Amino acid sequence: MEFPGLYNYWIAMVLMMMGLYIVITDPNMVKKIVGLSIFQVSVFVFYISMAKVRGGTAPILDDRFTVYSNPLPHVLILTAIVVGIATTALALALLVRIQAAFGTVDEEAIKALERET
Amino acid sequence: MISTHLPILQVLVPLLAAPVLALLRGRTLSYLVATGFVVVAFLIAIGLTIQVVHTGAVSYAIGNWAPPLGIEYRIDELTVIMLLMVTGIASAVLIGGGQSIAVEIPERRAPLFFALFCLNVAGLIGMTVTGDVFNLFVFLEISSLSTYALVAMGRDRRALTAAYQYLVIGTVGATFYVIGVGLLYMMTGTLNMADLTARVSGVESTLTIKTALAFLFIGLGVKLGMMPVHFWLPNAYAQAPSTVSAFLAGTATKVAVYVMLRIVFGIFGIGIFTSSYLADVVIALGIFAMVAASVSAIFQSDAKRLLAYSSLAQIGYILFALGLATEAGLTAAILHLFNHGLMKATLFLALTAVALRLGRTRLEDFDGLAQAMPATMLAFAVAALSLVGVPLTIGFVSKWYLLAAAFDRDGVLVAAVILGSSLLALLYLWPLVERAYFRKRPAGAPEIEEAPLALILAMWALVAVNVFLGVNSQFTVNLAANAARHLIGAVP
Amino acid sequence: MTLAPDQLLLWAFLTPIIVAVLVAVAGPWRNLRDAISVLGSLATFGFVAMLASEWEDKLVSRTIADFLPGLTLRFSLEPLGLLFAVIASTLWVLSTIYAIGYMRANEEHDQTRFFALFALAIAATLGIAFSGNLLTLFVFYETLTLVTFPLVTHAGTPEAMRAGRTYLGILLSTSILFFFLAMVWTYFEAGTLDFIKGGILNEETGPSVTLVLFLLYMFGIAKTALMPFHRWLPAAMVAPTPVSALLHAVAVVKAGVFAVVKVIVYVLGVERLAGVPGTAIVPVVAGFTIIAASLVALKQANLKRLLAYSTISQLSYVVLSATLLTPISIMGAVLHIAMHAVAKITLFFAAGAVYTAAHKSEIGELDGIGRRMPWTMGAFAVAALSMIGLPPTAGFVSKWVILKGAFDATAWCAVAVLVLSTVLNAAYFLPIVHRAFFRPLSAEAQAHPHGEAPFPSVLALTLTALLTLGLFFFPGEAMKIAEAVATGR
Repeated sequence: MEFPGLYNYWIAMVLMMMGLYIVITDPNMVKKIVGLSIFQVSVFVFYISMAKVRGGTAPILDDRFTVYSNPLPHVLILTAIVVGIATTALALALLVRIQAAFGTVDEEAIKALERET
Repeated sequence: MISTHLPILQVLVPLLAAPVLALLRGRTLSYLVATGFVVVAFLIAIGLTIQVVHTGAVSYAIGNWAPPLGIEYRIDELTVIMLLMVTGIASAVLIGGGQSIAVEIPERRAPLFFALFCLNVAGLIGMTVTGDVFNLFVFLEISSLSTYALVAMGRDRRALTAAYQYLVIGTVGATFYVIGVGLLYMMTGTLNMADLTARVSGVESTLTIKTALAFLFIGLGVKLGMMPVHFWLPNAYAQAPSTVSAFLAGTATKVAVYVMLRIVFGIFGIGIFTSSYLADVVIALGIFAMVAASVSAIFQSDAKRLLAYSSLAQIGYILFALGLATEAGLTAAILHLFNHGLMKATLFLALTAVALRLGRTRLEDFDGLAQAMPATMLAFAVAALSLVGVPLTIGFVSKWYLLAAAFDRDGVLVAAVILGSSLLALLYLWPLVERAYFRKRPAGAPEIEEAPLALILAMWALVAVNVFLGVNSQFTVNLAANAARHLIGAVP
Repeated sequence: MTLAPDQLLLWAFLTPIIVAVLVAVAGPWRNLRDAISVLGSLATFGFVAMLASEWEDKLVSRTIADFLPGLTLRFSLEPLGLLFAVIASTLWVLSTIYAIGYMRANEEHDQTRFFALFALAIAATLGIAFSGNLLTLFVFYETLTLVTFPLVTHAGTPEAMRAGRTYLGILLSTSILFFFLAMVWTYFEAGTLDFIKGGILNEETGPSVTLVLFLLYMFGIAKTALMPFHRWLPAAMVAPTPVSALLHAVAVVKAGVFAVVKVIVYVLGVERLAGVPGTAIVPVVAGFTIIAASLVALKQANLKRLLAYSTISQLSYVVLSATLLTPISIMGAVLHIAMHAVAKITLFFAAGAVYTAAHKSEIGELDGIGRRMPWTMGAFAVAALSMIGLPPTAGFVSKWVILKGAFDATAWCAVAVLVLSTVLNAAYFLPIVHRAFFRPLSAEAQAHPHGEAPFPSVLALTLTALLTLGLFFFPGEAMKIAEAVATGR
């Protein structure tokens, strides 16, 4: 395998692992959501770079352009971004409620509180 | 003709209900509107079933863009089974759950609750009918996001953390799904399921395709409550409002299994599934869930959590049958998918009634309930027996086909494990029935009355279907067998 | 009005269900309710009797529902089923009469529930008797377990609950774990579950699989109370006596041995089994059960528990005889199903009558009671003779044939077991009879005078005792049926 070869995939993978790592390990529930966003963004990067054709332009129907990038993944990712925003917004809204109900957004502390009840 | 547009209406009716409901004020009005929309969706599902039974699979091109470029909705036997189930259970839950919702959801949130409920139904229907893998992701997220919000509406503050937990795991799962779709697209250049089927076979030995399968499998595994990525499920089912638990338990995980069937068998085909050892992994996970989740269920002290663990075990049966990758196995998986949804919805509706009258569903609350709520507890008992696999119920039909499928491939030992696990089911369900029927209400316990009539009717409608299909199972078995044949034959 | 045989079959099965519904509706008016029970049982008996009189050799069958594709819920009548149906429906009439006397005299609670479930249990029993394939048999076998559970726990005390759990636990778990497994396996091997003379397994099924299936069936059908799955039967004795009498001396336990004979004759096939090495395990276990249960019975102080262990022992006679796998021994097994039923129900009736009239349930309290209750204890004595296998009682006939079968099979151990158990039976039954008639009343008993039990109860137990005698003098019909089962005419 030549290096950097398909380096865009490597970037996506590194981002993805960073995101997942935060989701799994960080006890702060807000930071978990940050990690989740990084994780999702890595997939967006993956899709967008996948569709890029070197030297290609945007898909404009004109005689001057013969090579252009695949527009479909880009459009898909537009949708995915919207979904991602909705998810993040909902998560943050939940966290506001959790903060109000438990007085903390620390996972360990909340678990302790839940055990009490 | 309206009948040609039924596939799109099936999705649009509940989807459009959501914004309408969000604009409404007042509980009663929004309840009636939501129920109306959902019942119409159920009627559409019946209409589609009639169409499919008479003329075979229906294909519908969205906006008249011909597939594979445009998005295609595709409806065949398997789809209509799922549609009937999702819309049927949604109708039963809404019709029966009116009072329970009134108690558990505050007045000002009621319209939003119903809007979310309809969104959820729309998302599940969309996942079922769509023939496009990315469109499926969108519907998956519609149903997931609305589920998170619905779970968070539970009365206990633990509902919030349950919803949060579900959101995090669910989003990771959904994102895995997107990665899998991306890899598939990279190799084939299409998102249409039928088209994918044709094109995957040319590149099926590549590592990328196998990676795609792995990502899709895990992503969906999270959604369908596959052990060991299941841990969101007991919390979510236990904390959600009772009616939401009833609806989710009957439908959400089932639709995810359905999608897995579609993708694993419809797109990738049996060859990749069995040659990549994934089949063996699925069988192993299934058997693990059958035993481990059943044992966990025995030790639960809350009936809702108990049933949630039972669901995990039942998903184990389905996964096991799916992993056999034979026609008999798929028939069993599809049958149990449907049957289990029906049984669990009944059980959770009975719990809804208990929660409505008592405010909670701990095991000791069941003492002597059969005297106070005879109709509810009888429905509960029948559904429980069905879950154990007693003859003349659909549970027996499921068990029969599961066992037959097990014999077909793996022989006696696995069959014995399946039966052992049904004994465990007896072990965790029996205490509830026994408490209800053979103990006295504790001294000084408040007087309670029977559940509201609508709820009883909803429960008994499900019980009636259960027993009818248990005695005369031709209809579901034939549908399931046909669907299995199509899947095995890689007919999309 | 003449009904076709297949309609009779259906009506005989449906009548008890209708009775159950009517009884539930007529609950508050107890005379009406009990009249319905009696009339319903007579009607059922009538249908079965008509079936028996019209029955010829051709198979009568009726499909109830297309259960699963290729598998139907089907009734069909063959000699063994007919015999079982006749026994069950005859004794239902008598035990209904008996139960009315018993329940009223003891002022039991929830009598409506009791009579309704009683009728349902009979419906399930007839379903078993008429079953045209193994699946139907299994369905009604499970139904019978579930329907009788509330009858066992009728008292509602913690003790009854515990016993009920044992009852349900053993019967359901064995049937799901072994019986069900064996049934699906059979279906997988044979492709059908119909009852066909000579068995349904085909040539490809090897002897080892046949043996495993055989064992699964024998232990999976735990209603035969074969050790080590016998504990449910003594546990079930907490039920009111009519339940113990009809269900746990006749319907439930006989459903077990009936199923065993059915499986041996019509599913696995006698000849095939005879060629499989290792099947001798089951008669050995049965022989052990006969002796062990008799020894336990010797030590019982409670009359009903003694009868329960006696039942365990007697049921194993049937299993032992059936699994010797010769035509004569099969015939003996079939005969013993009938002969034991009439005698054992008499014993239970007598025990219940004693409890009703004198409120006594321990054997030590029975001194001299025969003089106060001559009819009851006379019937008891006749039935006890039948248990031992002495003439002029029904038990002699079946034991004779069983012994003949054991000789035929040159199974000397079985002969020894039979002889030994006869001695043991005498050792635990005769002292009771002796005590009742020849010992003086205790001082405590003299202080509490009492007479016979209520008339309906005495009538019922006298009739069953007469049946026990009658079957000795006129065993012809039963013999004919047993022969038909055994020889496959």
